[in-house]
Amino acid sequence: MLKGHQSWVFENKPVILGTATVVGPFEGRGPLANDFSIIHEDSMLNEDSWEKAEKVLIEEAAKLAIENAGLTKEQVQFYVGGDLMNQIISSSFAARTLSIPYLGVFGACATSMESLALASMIVNSGSAHHALAGTCSHNASVEKQFRYPTEYGSQKPPTAQYTVTGAGAAIVSAKGEGPVVTSATIGRVIDMGITDPFNMGAAMAPAAVDTMEAHFRDLKIQPGHYDLIVTGDLSKVGYEIACELLKKHKIPMQQTEYKDCGMMIYDYDTQMVQSGASGCGCSAVVTYGHLLNRMRKGELKRILVVATGALLSPISFQQGESIPCIAHAVSIEAGGSIS
Amino acid sequence: MANNKKKKLTPTQQEYQELAKRIEPPRPVLKNCLHAFITGGLLCLIGQAIQEMFVHWAGFTEKTAADPTVAVMILISVILTSFGVYDKLAQWSGAGTAVPVTGFANAMASAAIEHRSEGIVLGVGGQMFKIAGPVIVFGTVAAFVVGILTWIIQGGGGS
Repeated sequence: MLKGHQSWVFENKPVILGTATVVGPFEGRGPLANDFSIIHEDSMLNEDSWEKAEKVLIEEAAKLAIENAGLTKEQVQFYVGGDLMNQIISSSFAARTLSIPYLGVFGACATSMESLALASMIVNSGSAHHALAGTCSHNASVEKQFRYPTEYGSQKPPTAQYTVTGAGAAIVSAKGEGPVVTSATIGRVIDMGITDPFNMGAAMAPAAVDTMEAHFRDLKIQPGHYDLIVTGDLSKVGYEIACELLKKHKIPMQQTEYKDCGMMIYDYDTQMVQSGASGCGCSAVVTYGHLLNRMRKGELKRILVVATGALLSPISFQQGESIPCIAHAVSIEAGGSIS
Repeated sequence: MANNKKKKLTPTQQEYQELAKRIEPPRPVLKNCLHAFITGGLLCLIGQAIQEMFVHWAGFTEKTAADPTVAVMILISVILTSFGVYDKLAQWSGAGTAVPVTGFANAMASAAIEHRSEGIVLGVGGQMFKIAGPVIVFGTVAAFVVGILTWIIQGGGGS
């Protein structure tokens, strides 16, 4: 149901019945390692290209999420997914393997919450009993497509972010037990004229703030409504800018805990990641792994995940275009705590 | 150019960019220079040592030893690139590993490895010069211009 200007409230409370996260070795050495379902030792995943490896990540995550939900893939009506590759090949190729009716979406790194919001809406409206939302990214395939060859020795500035190798998938169902998706806010595309692709945090921060503001306005709530608010992958630089912007817009974030997925997945002291993490997989594995685990343990009651995405292409930035950005917010509550 | 770009921005965008600029950590230029000086110098020292070895042990002259020395440096760089070490060294050393011949070898080898999955001809052959190509093109153009200028300054005639 539409609420306010750009938000949906899911009155039928679609349930996240099962989730799965699959990551690469570098993420497995980070502080959230215990929250991931599968950690691969080889970032090639025994495939012969980075692109194939990325496809395997999402295939495994999807299959495991279906299994964790106690379903078979025939019982899942729709798969909503996307990734960062040109023509979203990882998700589409995984959909070929899964043979679940498929809707491909692209919102760059915001795809994680875009797909979850859409899957929840499909289930909430009664258009499906079970829908799969999933997204993935691979550090090497992204480096190859957007930047330089992976082994090329270029020095990254302190504002650069490290793309997560990982995939996260969730099964959203009409019935069952688990965390429930209560609302979603679809973001506008915001462009503040940042052109440096090594500074995505600064480019994306205004989009995150815009969507958060819209969410609080539409739902007539305050940040204090949530135990935890996380933004997608702004990382250190973007997070600090977002904090500053939120203060400027007089949003009382001090009522709650505010974190960023891009700052949670790696250890800044031992892992060379400059500003932090990014990529579709970042907010997906942090949310479906770490955050939902904490919710299942009862540590979190209500969270708001604001995934952010930079909608640039390798050609657009070479042509000197600025980086348009988007953010989508989804609120998740622990099952049973309906207010 | 920079001013021109600024003018196209709306006041809100300009205000935001000022805020972002204030928060962004700048590139540590001085530290980067120091690192580049150390590693660049070290690479040259290694190159010199290899050259000396060719001169003293393999019977090359100072002049003829240059070619095998460069070949050895390239080989070292390609091996380090293949084992995934060169890019990690480069994050610390920056221009120190990018400017010497090893950097050029790394640019070629990394692109060739990366695009191997797209086939030998269009993948390796077509993409190998992706990064190194511009260096060759503009190096040749610059050499041509400098050559012509030298010829004019020296009065035109044959040498």
